[in-house]
Amino acid sequence: MRLPGDINLTTALSVWRRNLTEYGHTWMTNILPNFFDPVLYLLGMGLGLGMFVGRGVNGLSYIEYIAPGLMAASAMQGASFETTYNVFVKMNFAKLYDAYLATPAQIQDIAFGEQLWANTRGLIYGCAFLLVLIGFTLAGNNIITSWWAVLLPVAMLMTANMFALIGLTFTASIRNINYYGFYYTLWLTPLFLFSGIFFPLDNPNMAGGHAETIAWFTPLYHAVKLMRGLAQGPMEWSHAVSALWIVAISVVLSVIVPRRMRKRMIH
Amino acid sequence: MILGSQVGTKTLRTTFLRGLVSWCEPKTVPMEPAVTGKDLRKNYGDFVAVDGIDFEIPRGVCFGFLGPNGAGKTTTMRMIYRASPIGSGSLNILGHEVGSGANDRKIKQHLGVVPQEDNLDQELSVRENLEVFARFYGLGRKAAKARAVELLDFVNLTERANAKVLELSGGMKRRVLIARGLVGNPQLVVLDEPTTGLDPQARLNLWDRMRDLKKREATLILTTHYMDEAEQLCDTLVIMDKGKIVARGAPRDLIREHVSSHVVQIALKEEGLVPEQGKELQGLAKRHELHHDRLLLYVDDGEAVVTRAAQLLPDSETLLRRSTLEDVFLRITGRGLEE
Repeated sequence: MRLPGDINLTTALSVWRRNLTEYGHTWMTNILPNFFDPVLYLLGMGLGLGMFVGRGVNGLSYIEYIAPGLMAASAMQGASFETTYNVFVKMNFAKLYDAYLATPAQIQDIAFGEQLWANTRGLIYGCAFLLVLIGFTLAGNNIITSWWAVLLPVAMLMTANMFALIGLTFTASIRNINYYGFYYTLWLTPLFLFSGIFFPLDNPNMAGGHAETIAWFTPLYHAVKLMRGLAQGPMEWSHAVSALWIVAISVVLSVIVPRRMRKRMIH
Repeated sequence: MILGSQVGTKTLRTTFLRGLVSWCEPKTVPMEPAVTGKDLRKNYGDFVAVDGIDFEIPRGVCFGFLGPNGAGKTTTMRMIYRASPIGSGSLNILGHEVGSGANDRKIKQHLGVVPQEDNLDQELSVRENLEVFARFYGLGRKAAKARAVELLDFVNLTERANAKVLELSGGMKRRVLIARGLVGNPQLVVLDEPTTGLDPQARLNLWDRMRDLKKREATLILTTHYMDEAEQLCDTLVIMDKGKIVARGAPRDLIREHVSSHVVQIALKEEGLVPEQGKELQGLAKRHELHHDRLLLYVDDGEAVVTRAAQLLPDSETLLRRSTLEDVFLRITGRGLEE
């Protein structure tokens, strides 16, 4: 089957399947630890710090407030790790893409296959975390309180997909694996901290009242907003705008990624 | 050990080969060449890697690209197996002009590549490597599994099917690479320096596999800087040097054309200095070449020259051998292959 951008879905799925085969061997060491990351934040910040945030946020307890945003971060991290270090190693050290390119696969199939796999991984992380949140909800916390929550997996997929594409764009642009230090420390960590997961951004004392406006131009903000809306309501038009924002950026990057990878790999 | 185990699987392999041959049929247009290159060029910046070469590779032959490192062989291979776009000129492979993505896909569907460097998937087992790559050619799960089983038998690695690639020796890895190159049941197989860096036994073993491949009626393209390998395996070949083709033909024809049937090699006491008595010997040869501390005499009647050399230069070590492609290369370029 042929997708837009001359992507052959069968070959893209072959790339995806290869990763699934590897995952079969390494999930214990490769995937499982990352799942605990947001869970630890939920416990440490939500329960620990939450004890000192007595009045809560927007009528919610602190753990209830941060939980949906951590789900967005979880999808972001899953997709990011896959399309940064893992793709870099396959492309530059293992020379695996050279081997793929000797088959009927073309660059755009490989890029899309990796993107699909990163989405899968983001979805696995996100859903595992969602199960934890459902557990907390059943234990009496108001975390998942809206029927819109059935759409949470869709939002996870959109989030993972966007961060997969951002990661691939960066990976196709660097020649040294050490540049990921910048990517993680100066890009993903600030997004994690300042996208409205841990505190509301509409405070007039924050960045001269412009904090939310600034955050509007960054990707994780929209994922957090969307997940919080879906999990706890009420859904407003601004949530639809956030969804559109994510889709629009993803479409643009879908065009850029195969071009950059082609430039990087084909001489 | 490895050589010994081949005998036991010979019958199986013959059956398998018949199967492979029947898969190859029907060929599209049998008379049309497998590959045609016209004025093919490729630059990397200012460096001219391939400098306007013309060649035609008939179907069903083993065609060699020979030359020293840096001659442009690998660049030519990369253009043929569509890892590199061509610089200029034209390249037609299996009836498709290269360049468009659609044509490249069609070409690669019928192409098998055994690359120079080991790019096997280290995270997967030997079997998984083959199964995963079979899927890229559109094989379903069952067909991919069956193909992996057949190819593991073909390269005598059935017993190591579940081993991690990391656990294999260099020769075994190369055999997995060959098997992987065949998962798409190719009409054209490109082998880029397949035996470089292997020990002699592993090389012999790979030669056997390549002879088996020839029987499959697939077209083979082989690059090597081992002249003996080319003589053993290639029906016809071109010799490349500095991006150009400097000679072409069947190995024995090239030797007949450019040198003589035998070479008398005389070790000199002093590098580059032929003693007075040696001058007479030079007169007996069709041609002579001074190469470092060796005087090479190209002769048709080797015995006579050797006898005379023993009389004239009793202290010098004298060797009579058959001419090789290396002599052809030396004759044409004035340089040895390893220089």
